[in-house]
Amino acid sequence: MEQLSGGEMLIRALKDEGVKHIYGYPGGALLHIYDALFQQGDVQHVLVRHEQAATHMADAYARATGKAGVALVTSGPGATNAVTGIATAYMDSIPMVVITGQVMSTLIGEDAFQETDMIGVSRPVVKHSFSVQNPEDIPSIIKKAFHIAESGRPGPVVVDIPKDMTNPTDRFNYEYPKSIKLRSYNPVSRGHSGQIKKAVDMVLGAKRLVIYAGGGVILGGASKELTELAQLLNAPVTNTLMGLGGYPGTDRQFIGMLGMHGSYEANMAMHHADLILAVGARFDDRVTNGVDKFCPTAKIIHVDIDPASISKTIKADVPIVGPAKHVLNEMVTLVKDSKKQPEKEAVDSWWKQIDEWRTRHGGHYRTDDSEKMKPQQVIEMLSKVTGGDAYICSDVGQHQMFAAQYYKFNKPNRWINSGGLGTMGFGLPAAMGVKMNFPDEEVVCVTGEGSIQMNIQELSTISQYNIPLKVICLNNQSLGMVRQWQDMNYESRHSHSYMESLPDFIKLAEAYGHVGMKVDKYEDLEAAMTKAFAMKDRMVFMDITVDPFEHVYPMQVPRGSMRDMWLSKTERT
Amino acid sequence: MRHIISVLMENEPGALSRVVGLFSQRNFNIESLTVAPTEDSTLSRLTVTTIGSDRVIEQITKQLNKLIDVVKVVDLTEGDHVERELMMIKLKASGQMRAEIKRTADIFRGQIIDVTPTTYTVQLTGASDKLDAFIETLGAAHIMEVVRTGVSGLSRGEKVLSI
Repeated sequence: MEQLSGGEMLIRALKDEGVKHIYGYPGGALLHIYDALFQQGDVQHVLVRHEQAATHMADAYARATGKAGVALVTSGPGATNAVTGIATAYMDSIPMVVITGQVMSTLIGEDAFQETDMIGVSRPVVKHSFSVQNPEDIPSIIKKAFHIAESGRPGPVVVDIPKDMTNPTDRFNYEYPKSIKLRSYNPVSRGHSGQIKKAVDMVLGAKRLVIYAGGGVILGGASKELTELAQLLNAPVTNTLMGLGGYPGTDRQFIGMLGMHGSYEANMAMHHADLILAVGARFDDRVTNGVDKFCPTAKIIHVDIDPASISKTIKADVPIVGPAKHVLNEMVTLVKDSKKQPEKEAVDSWWKQIDEWRTRHGGHYRTDDSEKMKPQQVIEMLSKVTGGDAYICSDVGQHQMFAAQYYKFNKPNRWINSGGLGTMGFGLPAAMGVKMNFPDEEVVCVTGEGSIQMNIQELSTISQYNIPLKVICLNNQSLGMVRQWQDMNYESRHSHSYMESLPDFIKLAEAYGHVGMKVDKYEDLEAAMTKAFAMKDRMVFMDITVDPFEHVYPMQVPRGSMRDMWLSKTERT
Repeated sequence: MRHIISVLMENEPGALSRVVGLFSQRNFNIESLTVAPTEDSTLSRLTVTTIGSDRVIEQITKQLNKLIDVVKVVDLTEGDHVERELMMIKLKASGQMRAEIKRTADIFRGQIIDVTPTTYTVQLTGASDKLDAFIETLGAAHIMEVVRTGVSGLSRGEKVLSI
């Protein structure tokens, strides 16, 4: 049997797990591991400029592929810099394995140089964590880490490795386990058939059904099953922010995103529904608005792989614990075999009502109240130029909501954003992680001049690895979402939401060796964007000036019901 | 309502901190907590008493079950169960109080486990309210020190918590 050091075993185990890229930054505690990396060619390491970016790259790779991404960071500040990225993945249930260096085991607890209790620091934001205590455990720990990260409700796993566990002179027999069994961890593989039957019966009897589908559909690879079920039932589908692309965005039955900035028709349909089929969604506060006023006439069927998500905020009438793919598949079969079918008249009149709502607002925005370009116009143009087929990696703020509302996602795994934690600075490294793994696809970072500056140093990594993604920066010279809340709730006192001293982004992009483009007029937008996307081998930074006074609408009235919304600056439901 | 939740978990470093962390992170309340290895040294059994609405208790058991180190969870108060807590209490014992304390300890079926010319240490086992009653009966003026283990419990009859 082959004899390997702890550091070599780690890299070999990653290779045996099928890992192609790892994203990281070296440091004292990782020197043995980096030396092992240097001496092999199977696992490619990508050197970022800040550890947070390494975690977002690994995270975005996972969002695009469904497989766990891997980040490698050193002890102390390396590990704490990674915490935001771990928390981002945790909130959105993204599989990730984060390997953190640690000081030598003999020094732990002695406040050694670059020591942090990473197991303790990361505990609230990981699915699980491991601390390596014997080098020979490294292969089985890595196997367990991937198994836990990717199965059930996915999530990030931290593996903390003291430096002496990777000592090159201590060598051990290496064997990578084929499979692993944990007595205390057995995620469900199927839903309860009795509950599924009950749900199908209710769905077929409903008069005003809405399917509310979240990120679980994307994570569970259940888009096809969701689409089939919805079309069999002729039911309207709304997606959460995390679920966009789970149902085709240009299909007639898609009624838009729901929640705080959801479409008028989606929120109205939810409020008036008599039955809600929730799949892989968690009724979070940005969806439900005031829980006491939530969907007063609806019964609720809740399908989720995590029992703790069911009846956490909104009580489910029919809970179904199971993977979305299996449960939806069973439902499709039962609906096809059932003699009972949805009552046509009821379904027709429900659609008539929804179409009326759709006509009333339908994502309308004004273009005549400002000389400047509207951010919505930019996203619509992006959708047109990329054929609605690009990977859109978003930062956090108004631009994120505009992208969610106006880019029509027809495929899953292409809308990549920090939904739960709302991490500014996510977009650029996320786009890097996706583009490196899908070099032939269009990958776009939609950002604002605020968010982009939170990880702007990664323009350097983009140069090093030649990652020709496109940055669409909606520059409104203010922290737009903060400003919008200040306009609506603080009598327009714009406390620190104005970005002064912005850099010249064109020169900045050029300084890193990229192409910068500035667009101020809508007339120039299409030509400029087409030109940018034609530069296949260059990173292009498009700095696009947009109306700083624009707000995101609809916007739900705080603590109201689903249907209580502002539809524009002057119009309320 | 008060619940006694029993948790069977891997006897591994960090497992306890995950359980305790979960309670503080999710704003769940802990009245008492006790933990020790079982007859199988790879497993620990933890007993936590907590107070919360049905919805909160449901979340507590579900969230505990999600922890990778947790093997099994049961809410003992859902069925018939026995519960015990052990207390050691050090009392000022001089003059007439020496006899009074001895009598009270006998009534409560306590044992005096340490004696000095001026103090008694009484060991008492029972449900928590019995221990409360003993403290109340003797009065704060005589109490020097109290230590309680927190509640441990088992289901009655054949029902067991094991893997």
